[in-house]
Amino acid sequence: MTDLVIIGGGPAGMSAAVAAYESGIRDIMILERDENLGGILQQCIHNGFGLHRFGEELTGPEYAWRYEQKVRELGIPVKLRTMVLDITEDKVITATNEEEGIFQIRAKAIVLAMGCRERAKGALNIAGTRPAGIFSAGTAQKYVNCKGYMPGKEVVILGSGDIGLIMARRMTLEGAKVKAVCELMPYSGGLARNIQQCLHDFDIPLKLSHTVVEIHGKERLSGVTIARVDENRNPIPGTYEYISCDTLLLSVGLIPENELSKCAGVDLDRITNGPVVDQDRCTQVEGIFACGNVLHVHDLVDFVSQEAQIAGEGAAAYIRSLEEKKGKTGESISLKTDGKIRYTVPQRITAHKDVTVYFRVGDVYKNVKINVCNEDGEILFSKRKAKAAPGEMESLVLKKELLERAKELKFELEEMDR
Amino acid sequence: MYDVIVIGAGIIGGMIARKLAAYDLQVCVVEKEGDVAMGATKANSAIVHAGFDAAEGSLKAKLNVRGSEMMPQVTKELGVKYRRNGSLVIGFDEEDKKTIHELLARGRKNGVKDLRIVEGEELKKLEPALSDKVSCALHAPTGAIVCPYELAIAAIGNAMDNGVDLELDFEVSEIRDLSGCYGVISATGKKLETKYIVNAAGLYTDKIAKMIGDLSFAVHPRKGEYILLDKECGSLVSHTVFRTPTKMGKGILITPTVDQNLLLGPTSVDREDKEDTAATAEGFAEIIRQAKENVEGIPFGKTITSFCGLRAVGSTGDFIINSPKERFINVAGIESPGLSATPAIAEYVWELLAAQGLIFVEKSDYNPIRKPAHAFREASMEEKNEIIRKDRSFGKVVCRCESITEGEILEAIRTNPKARDLDGVKRRTRAQMGRCQGGFCGPQIVELLARELNMPYEAVTKSGKGSVINMGRTKEV
Repeated sequence: MTDLVIIGGGPAGMSAAVAAYESGIRDIMILERDENLGGILQQCIHNGFGLHRFGEELTGPEYAWRYEQKVRELGIPVKLRTMVLDITEDKVITATNEEEGIFQIRAKAIVLAMGCRERAKGALNIAGTRPAGIFSAGTAQKYVNCKGYMPGKEVVILGSGDIGLIMARRMTLEGAKVKAVCELMPYSGGLARNIQQCLHDFDIPLKLSHTVVEIHGKERLSGVTIARVDENRNPIPGTYEYISCDTLLLSVGLIPENELSKCAGVDLDRITNGPVVDQDRCTQVEGIFACGNVLHVHDLVDFVSQEAQIAGEGAAAYIRSLEEKKGKTGESISLKTDGKIRYTVPQRITAHKDVTVYFRVGDVYKNVKINVCNEDGEILFSKRKAKAAPGEMESLVLKKELLERAKELKFELEEMDR
Repeated sequence: MYDVIVIGAGIIGGMIARKLAAYDLQVCVVEKEGDVAMGATKANSAIVHAGFDAAEGSLKAKLNVRGSEMMPQVTKELGVKYRRNGSLVIGFDEEDKKTIHELLARGRKNGVKDLRIVEGEELKKLEPALSDKVSCALHAPTGAIVCPYELAIAAIGNAMDNGVDLELDFEVSEIRDLSGCYGVISATGKKLETKYIVNAAGLYTDKIAKMIGDLSFAVHPRKGEYILLDKECGSLVSHTVFRTPTKMGKGILITPTVDQNLLLGPTSVDREDKEDTAATAEGFAEIIRQAKENVEGIPFGKTITSFCGLRAVGSTGDFIINSPKERFINVAGIESPGLSATPAIAEYVWELLAAQGLIFVEKSDYNPIRKPAHAFREASMEEKNEIIRKDRSFGKVVCRCESITEGEILEAIRTNPKARDLDGVKRRTRAQMGRCQGGFCGPQIVELLARELNMPYEAVTKSGKGSVINMGRTKEV
């Protein structure tokens, strides 16, 4: 029996492990499928990481290294090149690696930190052929930054997620020509700073309300047809344009990887595609916690680390509570949203303490008020925001006293100009 | 000098080659593509039809029913997944019902077993996800599913293990009649000689037949688009659900696959261009429209890929299996129910070859059994650990979505017919076949291919010639 097993040794897993250790838990095991700790940060060789967490600009591998050093210093055991195959509701983990074969670990608590994957081309049903030369942006990033190979020379990017924007700049720096970034929505899903630093600074056109309608080429991609879309996201006849290119990169969304969470019977949120959690990031399965991109997709790794710290501390408190034979107490307050606000994390609160709630809006807004109401529609808390966009995660702190006045909390967005 | 050259390494050529491999003959399969199963075989509905569709007395009807009966044994020997999930032809109105009764009568005449009509509550119980508008259905318990490229790969692999040669990238450009034998010449000038030829070139069977002066038939491509959903959707329906055929065609079907995905399709559009496998937005829209009419609650958001295949439609309306010239057999126009009929087609061709004077002496060391490609995946934990102890690469998962290990990928690169590119590995192991579609494991599999085939990293292709994945080193572009 291991006290705490952490599934995934990326930024979330490492931060959760360190936090649990610092909360007094010693029997911890990190399981990581890759050759190294750090997860996807290892291929993110650009800078911009760590501004919030460390007050300085780091590259992805540097940021990962800060946490890896900490994990090593504390002597937290890590199994690398180890793939978890199954997790049961009673916290039996089945994993495999070359040295040990398939083995099982029983845990008192588990932190899920498997990260996310990119939405693939197949999900888009794009018309045309199926040649080589179509990659998700992250796969291209792996080829360029980790393997040292160029997947193409003339590039069109579909989707303006952050990885797509970063890869537009990266491919340009390596000598490729990025002809256009097409975004289906009338706004970008990426960070404002990435639009500036990765596209505008390199004169790469960002075509909003555009999509790829057809793929051309037999063996290798020879071009794509793009088109402007209407407000229902349907291509507008007469706006079709052929762009010759040998590479199409897709940056059309990230999906939390919750296959193992499902094995363990964890409830998932329809909007985030991640587990439903409380303020400690505990799922409805007692002792199974989740944090990082497996819980909901973050814009900044700094916030992943912060969230994982909460999960690590939560898991530590849970393990201690087992020893003290304290049962779970208190009622839970569920957090709802109005649709303009798409989701919150956590989705429920079970403790009487100050809780930071993270949320995302579903559209681009200017001059809004975020109202938090109770079940009677009474506004308990309000916060003004000059702007809000889907690409930037928001947060607010709910005070302990406020939580005493509600059984249910609804997050609403009020547009002040209307 | 070969005894028989089979032109085309699809499911038809493959099953014929395997049949011939049991005898003391020199056999070679030639294929224009860089891998086997690259034509209609890799993109069709993956159905073993019960046999009520084809007209009574047709070759289609006869070989379908016989092939469907042989399929459990053949797939067992070849270690290929096969599931007799049964099929339903669903009807919405009185006219459909009339047609369904005709299908029932025809099926019974064709010799299909256990056919019956199901209605109301019983139908709802049999297949709960069917739309409420469905009023009746023809239930065929002998309908089944199989993976066509898995079957073709296994058949050719088993044939090769029993001594059959395979020549890839061999596009036949000329056939010479050299008194008593044929010269088969490739586009690149390679020459092979053979006593007998079996023309199983799919869409190009008419072109091959023309080379020996046979102009009696033509083959044209009929486009079929498909949408494939995540394996968590494969249990939405348990049966293969067909619509009642109308003047407008057979309509689209909804079926689980042997790998638990949900497959929707195909559209049906006649084309001229035999290489045009471009999918269309209209096609996808049509699949979605019809699928929604048939079954409730299809989670289209779980789509993992969509693709397009070309069926080889013959000009006679029936399978064209004949001998237009001595020691030359055509196996053409093998459209639906072609896959279902394949074992019976192989048997039929064997009879025609015998009638043409080919002498069959059984091989003493013939082994019809092939180790299943999915053996590791289906082993118990103890058995897996036994394998990992002998070869640790089976302990390392490369494809996380389908849990495919490095050992299984290496096996696919080392086992007949050997995988040479990313798609080849995909069809043999299912690595890259899952929800991330190779996003994570692609670069790793490229590395394994480069290492095993002793080629530069950037020379590894997606699917043979020209389909390079990387265009050079960084700093070189």
